[in-house]
Amino acid sequence: MQRRIEVADPMPTRPIERSSVPVAVEGLTKVYGTVRAVDGISFVLAPGTITALLGGNGAGKTTTISMLMGLVLPTSGVARIFGADMARERHTVLHRMNFESPYVDVPMRLTVRQNLEVFGRLYGVRDLRDVIPAVAERMRLTELLDRPYGKLSAGQKTRVSLAKALINEPEVLLLDEPTASLDPDTADWIRGEIEAYRDARRATVVLASHNMGEVERLADRVIMMEKGRIIADDTPEGLIRSFGRANLEEVFLAIARRTGDVNAKP
Amino acid sequence: MTIEPSAPSARLYPQATPGASARRIWGLVLRYWYVMRSSWPRTAELVYWPLVQMLTWGFLQNYLNNTTSVAGRAAGLFIGAVLLWDILVRSQLGFAVAFLEEVWSRNLGHLMMSPLRPFELVAALVIVSFTKLSIAMVPVTIMAYWFFGYNLLGLGIAFAVFFANLVFTSWAIALVSTGVVLRWGLGAESFAWLIVFALLPLCCVYYPVATLPVWLQAVALALPPTYVFEGLRAIVLNGVLDVKLMVEAFLLNILYFAGGYATFAYYLQSARVNGTLVQMGE
Repeated sequence: MQRRIEVADPMPTRPIERSSVPVAVEGLTKVYGTVRAVDGISFVLAPGTITALLGGNGAGKTTTISMLMGLVLPTSGVARIFGADMARERHTVLHRMNFESPYVDVPMRLTVRQNLEVFGRLYGVRDLRDVIPAVAERMRLTELLDRPYGKLSAGQKTRVSLAKALINEPEVLLLDEPTASLDPDTADWIRGEIEAYRDARRATVVLASHNMGEVERLADRVIMMEKGRIIADDTPEGLIRSFGRANLEEVFLAIARRTGDVNAKP
Repeated sequence: MTIEPSAPSARLYPQATPGASARRIWGLVLRYWYVMRSSWPRTAELVYWPLVQMLTWGFLQNYLNNTTSVAGRAAGLFIGAVLLWDILVRSQLGFAVAFLEEVWSRNLGHLMMSPLRPFELVAALVIVSFTKLSIAMVPVTIMAYWFFGYNLLGLGIAFAVFFANLVFTSWAIALVSTGVVLRWGLGAESFAWLIVFALLPLCCVYYPVATLPVWLQAVALALPPTYVFEGLRAIVLNGVLDVKLMVEAFLLNILYFAGGYATFAYYLQSARVNGTLVQMGE
């Protein structure tokens, strides 16, 4: 029987069973030479939520996501996924998470089916003969299954990348601009799929995006970063309210241009 | 608000088992197999250089056979030496190029954040290297017999010993070269291609160790392939396999392979510290 855990919405306010917490970051810092790419950030993410990491270029979003995956080691602090320190114990939980980015390709010469088979095996997925057609259908890739990935359009590649990210039904899903390069209709459909997946799987989704409309629609929580630090952390509605703006895009611009109340804290 | 904790998908096999490890290794081997299958020029390229080398040295051997008996006897070594040298080179390149495929295709980030462990990556690359080597060397060995009557397999058990020693050395070198690429990125790609050729003059492929200056002989004797090529000469010229030399080579290879893996693991960790793993994947 599963344990029940108490968390506040959207952020936990009391200690949680460590191994039940999908994502917990404590004092995470990454220094490259003299540059503090990430500077002592802390947050905890609850199951079944979508959290957007926002910030301009160089704010530290990619480095944070990389440390969540264990691809980059923190200078200090710790990133935990289901209690596992991603610097040292990541192989105990990597099968429970996945990642999608239009900026990281899968092998070009392999067909979509071959790519999904390879990643399915890497993640230890059972019954791939059934799973691959099902995931492909979900991502509207059935007709493209036997086409080489390198011959697909940018939007089709993004859908393949998402299919790869969902092949192991991850509980923690890291998305780096998942709708970049998609036409508005496909982007809207993908957002719906992300929401549906979050609800069906109760997945914890971390979303890095520059599309504020997308963030407003999808995110339960927004963490704004600047120069490696968290400068705001709230629900989209809370941020819009506390900054006295009409939408999240205006909040983002206000912070970026320092015309808003930059000291606003959650 | 009360929230149920999530649980791993029932779609997944248990992860921390030897079976899971084998599945991941096989998954990655399949990836390279699909690439090889999708491009016949790549497969043909595997055979091309060993074939050109074998033909060149084989015809040279024929020429020397028709001139002087002493040179001809020595020339009989050339074709054997070139085939063994190609085992070393093709095996190292088979490993290193398979790894470079990941960097070229910007897939390294996906692999490194999958449950694939570093030793599983190495195991898959070893299998791929062995497969490519077989594709390259089997037809060339057959053609060496067909064209020149030279039977590499006629070396018998000695061939198995030579082969094992050469591939272990090649994998050790490949581990170091891929580690360097992990740490410094594609800027160090040429290192992966060229490092093995530094051994050509040092491990005395075509001449005895005694030919080298004394100080360089010590360097040569620190390299396991030197023992293989000395062993080949001992067999062809004297009909004797020096078992002691082969054991020494094998012990050296254990050290080299362990050192190669340690270097690979060190550079992988270093790439995680420096963030180059992410840059290569993007």
